[in-house]
Amino acid sequence: MNTTTNSPSLTHPRFGLTVWTLTMRELVRFFRQRTRVVGALGQPLIFWVLFGAGLHGAFNPPSWAVSDMSYQAYFFPGIAVLIVLFTAIFSTISIIEDRREGFLQGVLVSPISRTSLVIGKLTGGTVLAMIQALLFVSIGPLMSMLHLAPPLEFELSLPRMLAVAGYLAGLSFALTALGYCIAWPLDSTQGFHAIMSVFLLPMWMLSGAIFPGENSGWLSVIMKLNPLTYGVAGLRRIMQPEAIVADGAGLPGLAVCLTLTTLFGVACVALAVFLTQRKSSSDTR
Amino acid sequence: MPDAATNISGLIHRYGNRVALDNINLSVAAGEIFGLLGPNGGGKTTLFRLLATILPLQQGTVDVLGFDLQSQAHDIRRRIGVTFQSPALDPRLTVRENLKHHGHLYGISGGELRRRIDKLTQEFGLADRLSDRVISLSGGLQRRVEIAKGLLHEPQLLLLDEPSTGLDPGARHDLWHSLYKLREERHVTVLVTTHILEEAERCDRLALLDHGQFVAEGTPDELKSSIGGDCVILRCRNADELAPKLVESLGVTPQKVDETLRLEITDDSQVVKQLLDRFSEEIVSFTWGKPTLEDVFIQRTGHRFWESGEYVERPVKARRH
Repeated sequence: MNTTTNSPSLTHPRFGLTVWTLTMRELVRFFRQRTRVVGALGQPLIFWVLFGAGLHGAFNPPSWAVSDMSYQAYFFPGIAVLIVLFTAIFSTISIIEDRREGFLQGVLVSPISRTSLVIGKLTGGTVLAMIQALLFVSIGPLMSMLHLAPPLEFELSLPRMLAVAGYLAGLSFALTALGYCIAWPLDSTQGFHAIMSVFLLPMWMLSGAIFPGENSGWLSVIMKLNPLTYGVAGLRRIMQPEAIVADGAGLPGLAVCLTLTTLFGVACVALAVFLTQRKSSSDTR
Repeated sequence: MPDAATNISGLIHRYGNRVALDNINLSVAAGEIFGLLGPNGGGKTTLFRLLATILPLQQGTVDVLGFDLQSQAHDIRRRIGVTFQSPALDPRLTVRENLKHHGHLYGISGGELRRRIDKLTQEFGLADRLSDRVISLSGGLQRRVEIAKGLLHEPQLLLLDEPSTGLDPGARHDLWHSLYKLREERHVTVLVTTHILEEAERCDRLALLDHGQFVAEGTPDELKSSIGGDCVILRCRNADELAPKLVESLGVTPQKVDETLRLEITDDSQVVKQLLDRFSEEIVSFTWGKPTLEDVFIQRTGHRFWESGEYVERPVKARRH
């Protein structure tokens, strides 16, 4: 009776194709907004140069670092994480825009699985974050030639760069998922900016990215509880082992960092998938 | 083809305490253009969103193309094309990119996708705009891209929410021309919501929705002839005083709507003559005509289609529930 089930033209959604197309859309949108490209790379570079120049005199290397560590060297992995955080977060703001512009509704009525929507969105954010973080990591050391920063005490060889890239990819994915969980229920980008300044930015500040914060009472406790602390510490261990003294006590070990960052990422992705799969009236806002 | 594109029975939907759809029963035949006509807030969009599978079903049973909405939403999604009131195109991408992404979401890729895009854009007169960014297109062209997009995966049922919003009369005419062509050439069933009476006239069949309930259903001609005669509308100095006089002397029962009186008269021009002879003092203006869909709506609901009495058409930007 019902012949429509065998319609020859009926097509099946494919997971890989969905993720690919959503990722490409993210990239194309990003590169079409030139100011976004300039801002995303320019701002962290300026931060690094200016904060580095301003604060290097007041900086005491933490207990786990070599005694001649410059502030610029200390701040370098922190800025890389800032880039990853900002790009990841800003790329998830597009969820709010997609909802407002109606694109998201079109995706929600298509037969793709909600999981592939999440993974596509996160992959897009991750690729963007990676591109910019790696650009910074490559360009940053060159600043010493312009006398804008001292020569860095650590070396970025090709194998080390690959390890850094791999680590940043995982971290970007986790942070994009965190941004996704925040953006999904919101209906205005203003709301997102508010959350960014009271939650995400402090999270970065208290991750050991900008100051060590050793023996600072409550501050040190918060920093120990902050999952991003382990993200930054892991990056230090991979990126600048020369700058860390033999046992590196006080800086979390690489195994701990990898484990906690992975767990954090898995939790964020799981929450993102859970939120997206809930079918509710709010989908149609 | 299934006998019915969709079957709805006992459908109830609430937002908190507010009932948006109150016991809806509806059957749309395969291959027809079916219109849901009603004022904004009448429940059209809620019904539309339920059929588009983005609102959870609360109560009742809904069958779309032979699949149960509650348990087989995935099968439905593969077979329906949806065009929302708010544009669902990415303005920063080109027409081709938008269509390509849409095709990918439905699992169409490569040469097959290119073939479909070329064919559809040819049909919709968009072939020379493929590399233009959507943001640079006029409202009418954007709407055409949306519909082309909705057809890319060759759906059997096309859902359109207020498709004429923001279109000028020319573009609206083109839109309906493409809908008729779709019905003829692809036997696509079209379900369209509208608050524009003139647009509702173009549907094969219609349901009038008010306060979450169907107040009438049928072809536009059936609905209009259900009035059983002509309609006379009187604007008068005092409607409350005049109404009982008309009942007494002419034996007609007027319906009071705002400050006007409405009469349905059979082809008896005597009534009109007497009306003018005897009550010309009390009548400010007089309209006599064939019934319109608005007359049907007023007759069934006792209130105007436009509660405020004004016919204001503008693109609806705010998101409604």
